[in-house]
Amino acid sequence: MIKVSNLTKKFGSHISLDNVTCEFHKNESIALMGANGAGKTTLIRSILGYYHPNNGEVLIDGKNPIKERVEVLKNISFVPQLPPPIKLSLDELIQYISISANVDKDLISHYADEMQLDIKANLSKSFFKLSGGMKQKMLIAISLAKKSDIIIYDEPTANLDPKARDDFYRLLKQNENEKVLLFVTHRLEEVKDLVNRQIYMDLGKVVSDEIV
Amino acid sequence: MKNLFLIAYLDLKESLRAKWFVVYSLVFGGLIALFFIAGVTESQVMGFSGLSRLLLMYIQVTIVILPIFILITTVRSISGDRDNHILEYMLSFPISLRQYYWGKIIGRFITVYIPVIFAMIIAVLYGAFKGAQIPWSIFFLYTGLLFALSSAFLGIAFFISSFVKSSEIALGLAFFVWIFLLAFIDIALISLMMQQRFDEQLIIFIAMANPMEIFRVAAISLFDPELTVMGPVAFYILDSMSQSVFVALSIGYPLTLGLLFAYLGFKIFEKKDLV
Repeated sequence: MIKVSNLTKKFGSHISLDNVTCEFHKNESIALMGANGAGKTTLIRSILGYYHPNNGEVLIDGKNPIKERVEVLKNISFVPQLPPPIKLSLDELIQYISISANVDKDLISHYADEMQLDIKANLSKSFFKLSGGMKQKMLIAISLAKKSDIIIYDEPTANLDPKARDDFYRLLKQNENEKVLLFVTHRLEEVKDLVNRQIYMDLGKVVSDEIV
Repeated sequence: MKNLFLIAYLDLKESLRAKWFVVYSLVFGGLIALFFIAGVTESQVMGFSGLSRLLLMYIQVTIVILPIFILITTVRSISGDRDNHILEYMLSFPISLRQYYWGKIIGRFITVYIPVIFAMIIAVLYGAFKGAQIPWSIFFLYTGLLFALSSAFLGIAFFISSFVKSSEIALGLAFFVWIFLLAFIDIALISLMMQQRFDEQLIIFIAMANPMEIFRVAAISLFDPELTVMGPVAFYILDSMSQSVFVALSIGYPLTLGLLFAYLGFKIFEKKDLV
């Protein structure tokens, strides 16, 4: 599903990804780990087509995420580490997502309810005015409602309380079939029951790749 | 196309709620109100009177403040979204970069153009209500000129926004562009160049290349071309070119310039790392 071949990405003289090669297949839940600056986020952003690599390529179902970004992103859900300060109201954000990615608005509400987030009471509020936890719940609800084949989470539980984390993992369990689930995490114990593959990165390289 | 209009619509809605938009609208609306309160329409200076004088004064002030307003409020649109990771999230949905970028431009254009044109319409309506004669030729010329000037500076702002790394640098650059173009208005640097006996063709070329200068000359071109307020370059241009050709040029050139800069900005946006 995702094929990363000899991927190198430099920022000035700093090598963020150093000739990385790996593949992710259907029904794999991967924990992507490593110290700060190991290259995890750069790898994710390369998969999303945000970076132009210095060398190598990323293919998703045979498609290049830079050249065919619309086709590729139809099948990817992404939740960033920190919710961005989007000034749109929740209603407008849902409108943006439902029109651009053909996501069912009711399904977003459904997953928000499951995450104990009352969307209806906050529809006219700006997204950035919500609390950190509410923002994260909203982004998680959107990611699940999108029904993508590839779900990428960059430290998704950083702002969540224990109850919300449980809800999140329960929902993920229900939605992981036939998908690639890619977690960037520093807390393996949290996702241990969910993942079946662990990748460690360091200094821009994959140093360990284990099936568990 | 639906995504293009979606981005434009959402950007417009977001801008209309922003504090800068309130200030921006108040400045242009306030200018018109101030002119009426000050009795500009009743006074007569150097042959200008009534609504013509009011519109001329409005356009003279607009030429200075409109570009800097557009630059400052727009130059952070892409770079700011990149800075605070909004791009990272919003572009994780299946929207082409072309739709995102041009959608933003359309939304922002409507935001910056509406208050300036609306203030002028209010002036005309109020003038008509007070029984003043409406100078339609000037009104339509200024509508076109403001459209072209807004396009030019919006294009420049998006161009800067597409390549700068942080919004602080974007702001600094925007300010520099404004000062640079303002300095080339013929009452300032150009006059100095003429005093120093620079080549005539060079001076005219520099003046004509500057959208603010073109705008300024075009704004007074419908009046007597021998007026001393016009400055030497304006006098030269209007003396060597027919009025209709110059009016067409003064609208067509800034519009083209804006589109060119916006297009260059898009190419950079497309080729650069997005976050």
